[in-house]
Amino acid sequence: MKEQTVDVLVIGAGAAGLGAAIGAAREGVNEVFIVERDERSGGILNQCIHNGFGLHYFREELTGPEYAERVKNIVKQYPNISVKVEQYVHQIDYRRKEVVVVSAEGVTIYKPKTLVVATGARERPLGGILVPGTRPAGVFTAGVAQRFVNLENRLPGKKAIIVGSGDIGLIMARRLTLEGVEVVAVVERMAYPGGLERNIRQCLKDFNIPLYLSHTVVGIYGKERLEKVIIAQLDENFKPIPGTEKSFSVDTLVLSVGLIPQSTLFKDFLKIDPWTKGIVTSSSGRTSLNWIFAAGNCTVIYDLVDWVTEEGAVAGKFAAMYVKNNWEAAKFSVEKGQNVGILFPTWYEEGTNLNLYLRVKKPLEIGTIRVKQRNNLLYNKKHANLMPSEMINIKIPESRIGTGDITVEVVE
Amino acid sequence: MKIGIIGSGVVGALIARELSRYDVEVLIFEKNSDVGMGITKANSAIIHAGYDDEPGTVRAKFCVPGNRMYTDLAKELQIDLKRIGSLVLAFKEEEVRILETLYKRGEENGVEGLEIWDRDKVLSHEPNVNPEVIAALWAPTAGITEPWMVSIAAVENAVENGAKLYLETEVVGIKTTSGRIEKLITNKGEFDVDVVINAAGIYADEIAKMAQAVYVPLHPRKGEYILLDKQEFSGFVKSILFPTPSVLGKGTLVTPTVDGGILVGPTAIDLPPEREFREDTSTTFEGFESLMSKAIRMTPLIDFRTSIKTFAGLRPESPQKDFFIGRTNIVGFFNAMAMRSPGLTAAPAIAKFMVEEIQEVLGETFIAKQDFKPTRERIRHYADLPTILWDEEIKKDPLAGKMICFCNKVTEREIVQAIRKGAKTVDSIKFRTRAMFGSCQGGFCMHRIMKILARELNVDLSEIRLRSEKSVILNGKVREL
Amino acid sequence: MKKDEMVCIMCPLGCRLIVTLENDGEIIVTGNKCPRGIEYGRQEMTEPLRILTSSILVRNGDIPLVSVKTSKPIPRRLLTDIMKILKSTVVEAPVSSGDVLIKNVLDTGADIIATRNVERIKIA
Repeated sequence: MKEQTVDVLVIGAGAAGLGAAIGAAREGVNEVFIVERDERSGGILNQCIHNGFGLHYFREELTGPEYAERVKNIVKQYPNISVKVEQYVHQIDYRRKEVVVVSAEGVTIYKPKTLVVATGARERPLGGILVPGTRPAGVFTAGVAQRFVNLENRLPGKKAIIVGSGDIGLIMARRLTLEGVEVVAVVERMAYPGGLERNIRQCLKDFNIPLYLSHTVVGIYGKERLEKVIIAQLDENFKPIPGTEKSFSVDTLVLSVGLIPQSTLFKDFLKIDPWTKGIVTSSSGRTSLNWIFAAGNCTVIYDLVDWVTEEGAVAGKFAAMYVKNNWEAAKFSVEKGQNVGILFPTWYEEGTNLNLYLRVKKPLEIGTIRVKQRNNLLYNKKHANLMPSEMINIKIPESRIGTGDITVEVVE
Repeated sequence: MKIGIIGSGVVGALIARELSRYDVEVLIFEKNSDVGMGITKANSAIIHAGYDDEPGTVRAKFCVPGNRMYTDLAKELQIDLKRIGSLVLAFKEEEVRILETLYKRGEENGVEGLEIWDRDKVLSHEPNVNPEVIAALWAPTAGITEPWMVSIAAVENAVENGAKLYLETEVVGIKTTSGRIEKLITNKGEFDVDVVINAAGIYADEIAKMAQAVYVPLHPRKGEYILLDKQEFSGFVKSILFPTPSVLGKGTLVTPTVDGGILVGPTAIDLPPEREFREDTSTTFEGFESLMSKAIRMTPLIDFRTSIKTFAGLRPESPQKDFFIGRTNIVGFFNAMAMRSPGLTAAPAIAKFMVEEIQEVLGETFIAKQDFKPTRERIRHYADLPTILWDEEIKKDPLAGKMICFCNKVTEREIVQAIRKGAKTVDSIKFRTRAMFGSCQGGFCMHRIMKILARELNVDLSEIRLRSEKSVILNGKVREL
Repeated sequence: MKKDEMVCIMCPLGCRLIVTLENDGEIIVTGNKCPRGIEYGRQEMTEPLRILTSSILVRNGDIPLVSVKTSKPIPRRLLTDIMKILKSTVVEAPVSSGDVLIKNVLDTGADIIATRNVERIKIA
């Protein structure tokens, strides 16, 4: 077995992990290692061949592979960053600060001074939403369908229904349509879409694909290959309304019903949000253990990859500062006030900028977002058309922040 | 002597393995593309202690001996067996009286170690049980296993000892001459046999009819299940939790799986006997709601948001609610039918009985093979090894370090070995290696496994099936010349 | 008269626009907070423009497809026709991100450009 000491070990070479390595290298540490379990770096960006990435980070609209390439090119500028693919993190001994990594070369025990977790998210599977019916072939999560179409040159079927109106589902509705697969409907259980407005327009309306809001799948039929899907309208208690069933003869069901942060490897020693499963962090990306940082979709599910890279860079920077001079700071909690559904980060650490990300609990035509610290109003602005599906990013510079707990609320 | 076994579920598989000890020809006929993919695939996976079955029933006769036999069976076939014990929970005074009845019945059946626990003892053993519990029946010999692994391992062992396995071979007729078995007619041709063992699960009554043999009419009883993610929910309960039984059966249980997940189920819906219902493994809204409310009653903190898989299985139920096994009016035709619960537990004992039964009826004594190999080697799961040993294995074969299934830590070497042992489909890999059985349900690895299958079987990716020939996964190319 | 509701995507503000095409051909945009909203609404009503992203088959590449995009937005009505061209195109590896694979596709002034690198497989 090999042993390897390293300043910063990053788990995951997706948008967050690559960003973290850049942030750490920029801050100046001797060595940064990224271990990636997949066969190439870049994460899910490799299969997201659509555009819409990079507007914030690169000030230019890019496709997923282009965005990945740009970030990888920055990584290449730092000779002290090593990216290693097909490396699987098997165990972490948080007391001894050891990370056991398995690959075809053997087992390596990494002894990092700091660890940055950038493990991303997984898709919620069919079994995660209790859909009645049979279990035939032809049911794919959107990411798997996307992988087959964009990387493996394979089509999942001839006629498809999309369940869940998350962005990946909408993107796949367009992608499949352009490739000749008939997409008969997108079904969403909420009364509003799960994806961005722009995707509703450009992926559904452009191709006249109907979107059924407040509907759910009540039956999947077919013994060997999917044959039929039945949907029904939901009442306000999310119960199917009898008599509203609609039947679709399809051979493919594409599921886009949410992403779950990949945090289980850390659940025994890091604080995990029991509701979202995200790793809880502070504004520096630090987790509940002072030498472990986390960023990206393993902490909170973001709308934009740009934000993921940016937060990765923040976590990398402070991880490096911890390596250099044991950087730690006073910590205050950031709490949810009214109408706030998702809020990130959980703590504010002194000496950092506060990069807030939030989602409203319900759609609001107009709402005032208020960020308060004691009697000090850090942010107070009206926002129009607030939707749970659209994440809001508010940047509050360090210079404006004092001491004390912080509350974020959206006033109707 | 040629013995044909129809069906490779736990019953057929264990009979085949038991017969392969002797100098007889064993032919296993399985209509599916892999063994153990019928009733065996989808049930509670419980090795029952044996206190449920009324003394005098065939169930009672075979359950306790079968339970005991699992200890050696698990060692020889290298299958996972965890004797985690079961608790029948009582929440009302009248239920406590039922526990006492079960206790007495258990003693009569020869169940060892039964105890009635008070509330405090139950809660200290299982802190997540509803604190309203007042007593429980503790049965330490109850355990959990992977039923499909019992089938797979037993058939592998039988084949290693000379048995022949015919997959995708459906028996469509049975020829008898003057009350004696003559041949089996299948979709793949005719086979001369001296003995037929009917272990055809939910279709066993139809098979018996083909031979004009006695049978009990079967109908499917559907059982729905919800599997919760081990990565999120492992350790929630330590033992098998049953409600106090009613006339409807043992009720919905909450149990760990050998893999560490939490299984909730089954429901019990009697379906009509017609053929279409014998294939009806669909789940229902009502089923989910029933499972959730019953599980919450026993363990209020159970979190169904961690669900990763829902499925349904069918149990072959008869009006007698008992096994129907042994000799028939047709010489050489033996039934092993109506194997409802505790069929999995009883199967090893039934296999032993069946071998004796055949010899008795035919008036022959089988000669034991000198070279019978009782052990079967499982596919090594490297992630269970100490890291130093794993490292050494990787140095021998780098594929042992190439991780394919990230959730259940299944390496490429394990997948390749499963294929070399006969797995041809995605499901066959899944049930042999537990790849795609975890949190992401194949989201990260199904495409990688399909590519390994295509490479090892030397076919195009489009040829890879989920299970049967018709369960096509991919449908054409995005771009073609 | 034709009426369409849309969310402006020119900036993150996301104004909800109501775009009306009058019978006399006049286009009225309301709900916008800046002139870019008018521009977007008019364009969407008359000739919506889209970036097309898709794939082209690669010969002798380490992966079977190269992802591509149009170098600038093209009229939406041409999406299907351009897809037909992409489906019948094959390129030879290696391909570099940014390579022009089809020039001035359907006279739109937009090129089809590669958005990833595809290495050439070494033939033993």
